[in-house]
Amino acid sequence: MTDKSSGPMLAADGTPLKRSLSRALRMQKVRALLLIAPLLLFVVLTFLAPIADMLFRSVENQIVSETLPKATLELADWDGDGLPSDAVYEATFFDLFAAAERKLHTRLGTRLNYEETGMSSLFRRTGRKLDDFGDVYLDQFKKVDRAWSKAAPWAEMMSDPDWLAGQEALGRGDAGPPFVLRAGMETLLPRTSDAYQTFARAMQEEDDNPADEKPWATVHIALAEDLATQDVSTYTGPGKDRLQATAALVGSADFETLDYTAMFLDINDNWGDTDVWRTIKLYSPAYTSGYFLNAVDMQLTPDGPEWRDEREQIYGLLFKRTLYMSLVITLSCIMLGYPVAWLLANLPTRQSNLLMILVLLPFWTSLLVRTSAWKVMLQQQGVVNDVLVWLSIVPDDARLALINNQTGTIIAMTHILLPFMILPMYSVMQTIPPTYLRAAKSLGATNWTAFWRVYFPQSVPGIGAGSILVFILAIGYYITPAIVGGTSGTFISNRIAYHISSSGNWGLGAALGALLLAAVLILYWAYDRIVGIDNVKLGG
Amino acid sequence: MNNDQGAFLAENSQSDAFVEFERVQKSYDGETLVVKDLNLKMPRGEFLTMLGPSGSGKTTCLMMLAGFETATYGDIRLDGRPINNIPPHKRGIGMVFQNYALFPHMTVAENLSFPLEVRKMGKSDREAKVKRALEMVQMGQFGGRRPSQLSGGQQQRIALARALVFEAELVLMDEPLGALDKQLREHMQFEIKRIADNLGITVVYVTHDQTEALTMSDRVAVFDDGRIQQLAPPDELYEAPQNSFVAQFIGENNTLDGIVTEMLSDRCIVRLDDGSLIDAKPVNVTSVGEKTRVSIRPERVETRIDRLGEGAHTIKAEVMEFIYMGDIFRTRLKVAGNEDFIIKTRNAPDQVRLEPGRQIEIGWLPADCRALDAT
Repeated sequence: MTDKSSGPMLAADGTPLKRSLSRALRMQKVRALLLIAPLLLFVVLTFLAPIADMLFRSVENQIVSETLPKATLELADWDGDGLPSDAVYEATFFDLFAAAERKLHTRLGTRLNYEETGMSSLFRRTGRKLDDFGDVYLDQFKKVDRAWSKAAPWAEMMSDPDWLAGQEALGRGDAGPPFVLRAGMETLLPRTSDAYQTFARAMQEEDDNPADEKPWATVHIALAEDLATQDVSTYTGPGKDRLQATAALVGSADFETLDYTAMFLDINDNWGDTDVWRTIKLYSPAYTSGYFLNAVDMQLTPDGPEWRDEREQIYGLLFKRTLYMSLVITLSCIMLGYPVAWLLANLPTRQSNLLMILVLLPFWTSLLVRTSAWKVMLQQQGVVNDVLVWLSIVPDDARLALINNQTGTIIAMTHILLPFMILPMYSVMQTIPPTYLRAAKSLGATNWTAFWRVYFPQSVPGIGAGSILVFILAIGYYITPAIVGGTSGTFISNRIAYHISSSGNWGLGAALGALLLAAVLILYWAYDRIVGIDNVKLGG
Repeated sequence: MNNDQGAFLAENSQSDAFVEFERVQKSYDGETLVVKDLNLKMPRGEFLTMLGPSGSGKTTCLMMLAGFETATYGDIRLDGRPINNIPPHKRGIGMVFQNYALFPHMTVAENLSFPLEVRKMGKSDREAKVKRALEMVQMGQFGGRRPSQLSGGQQQRIALARALVFEAELVLMDEPLGALDKQLREHMQFEIKRIADNLGITVVYVTHDQTEALTMSDRVAVFDDGRIQQLAPPDELYEAPQNSFVAQFIGENNTLDGIVTEMLSDRCIVRLDDGSLIDAKPVNVTSVGEKTRVSIRPERVETRIDRLGEGAHTIKAEVMEFIYMGDIFRTRLKVAGNEDFIIKTRNAPDQVRLEPGRQIEIGWLPADCRALDAT
């Protein structure tokens, strides 16, 4: 047999060996994948997807451009000095009116309130009062024809006849197919078409038939504006006489028009505040770095990112405190856990089993119970202080403040995370045969040298694994600092929880969370560079 | 070696025994003795093997000598000085462990340098000694490797070098070749013996492999049940076992049970269980009527009686099984009711192959037939 070293190796049937090998292994791979598929699916759906969604929220900001679509377009041309033009106010009126009808304006108010206090109440009040102003036009139209105040004439004029015929057959509470505009209306009455369409869609969203509903004031206003600029003499559809009569009215000198700027200022003085408009303009893009800037104590201004006022800087402090305290907790866990792990690994089986049960015992108790127990132990009239006073170590009038501060958090969290340090250290130490220590001693090393030069270096992977585990758990810990941390012992996670559950500022919470995740990944990377992740063992 | 130790060794060098166990006992639980009344004297430079089945107390003895176990009673002396209360790191005894115990986080050179570092030796001295020790075990190029990158045999050499690098006069080896395959083991046996002889060190070697014990040692101490059953050079141990245990434990052995019926000056007459009488050399039987177990080595049994000289004893036997083993033939016979009587014959050109079922006559010299205790 000749050795065909030049070509690829062939299997017995002549196919390349690589291909037949991968075919042979494919079945195994597919089976392995199927075995983990349920878990994979579960993790993706319930863990990765929500995390991705949450992280996305930290930059997502479509609420402004979705709620105020016209206003954001108009604001793009505004230079940020003085008050915006009347056109901006007008666009805002149309947007806000539609939003208020759909009860969306308060959400936007809440969102913008994160950036500029007072926005929430401004939007809420404005939404309530907008209705009163639109009626200026309808009142004048009604003098021409009372039909303007009814639903049907509007529907006949604005809708496609076929669509309208279909709508008439519908019962109550049925919105029917999407609204279709009458052909040619778009060019004849562009603003009215737009306003009516917005109205019709909003109605249909709420399962109402647009043909049965009276149009919003925005439609009347749009019509007045259209009639002032468009020529409607060519219109031949339903209500053409009424339309042309109204056009004549609008063209006449005594037609009363609305000043949007004045109207907004009348509703609330704040609409005359340049900062309000700046904030709206600043947050009009669909994606914003605002949340992240907030999370690092900065803010977005028209001149770019800026540091916040020193009094308002809290997140930097919280991040630093979280890292510092996690480090202290990790170190305390190493100091307390190492001897225990050593005993576990070196005692006779019976005793080490008992000790192992003691180490694992906390896992059988609820985390809340353990944390609350520390509250009992550490408070000023608690067990620890009582004992110290009884032993005369501490005078009765100067009891130690051990809880609701950093000390409390460090003590309680060290206790809670200790098993996570002991177990990896133990499983690594278990693999270090006692003969190494004997060998070192027989070579002339004292007990300490034998430990420090021979045993300790071999147990470092366990310390590494335990430290990573404890540090990462600590950095994101929430319940314990919330219960025993007071104000000076809380972590960044408590702030995240506050934003997610109380303030509703999910974007900021997500940005803080993303920063925390980034910090952990950077530390992990640094650890890998310095110690090497191969040096981390959970056993074996 | 540290200075007090050196001075003390020099001062006591006139003592006849280098290592001495005197009435040493060891108990772990306070109820049973693992080592019972151990007495042992070793001159300087001797290669002594402690041989015995597991649980016989041999490793415990070694650990007491190394200092990892304390004697419950009795004295252990090194060069005349009692060492019972000296911690292991001050004893200056080199030790090779069963699984080598090379420190995995250090390179080979660092491993060898370790005992020198803890003795606060200078860097250049250390390097020179490490180099010399590595060359001694022919591992000169491997200084930079990690133990995990070496084969079993190479690790074994490094462990040996590490035990020797600080110039210990006494080296203990706890089944050091147990993890190697047969061929490598045999090779390393010679290697260790050669190095020990060259350096003139005293070696206490623990093994349960009797071949290893016989080929390497100056003397072998056979352990059983916490006692030394026999302490003798290999040839004496094999040819003149002093009791049934040693006879059984060392090499292959045929035994026939019986009762002493007559004591003569240099031999005794033993009546076997089936009634036949044989001559034997009394070793630890003293009186008529005593139960005894007679021991004969398979290779000392002759099928061609004419080859034996005057005074040979003969007995009838039936061939049960014949096994061809290449260099020798191994034949199983039924002798005096014992169906496991083995004889070994050399595969010589004139040797006959015995078929099963054949009745033959076998014989031996009474000196090779030892009447031992019947346990």
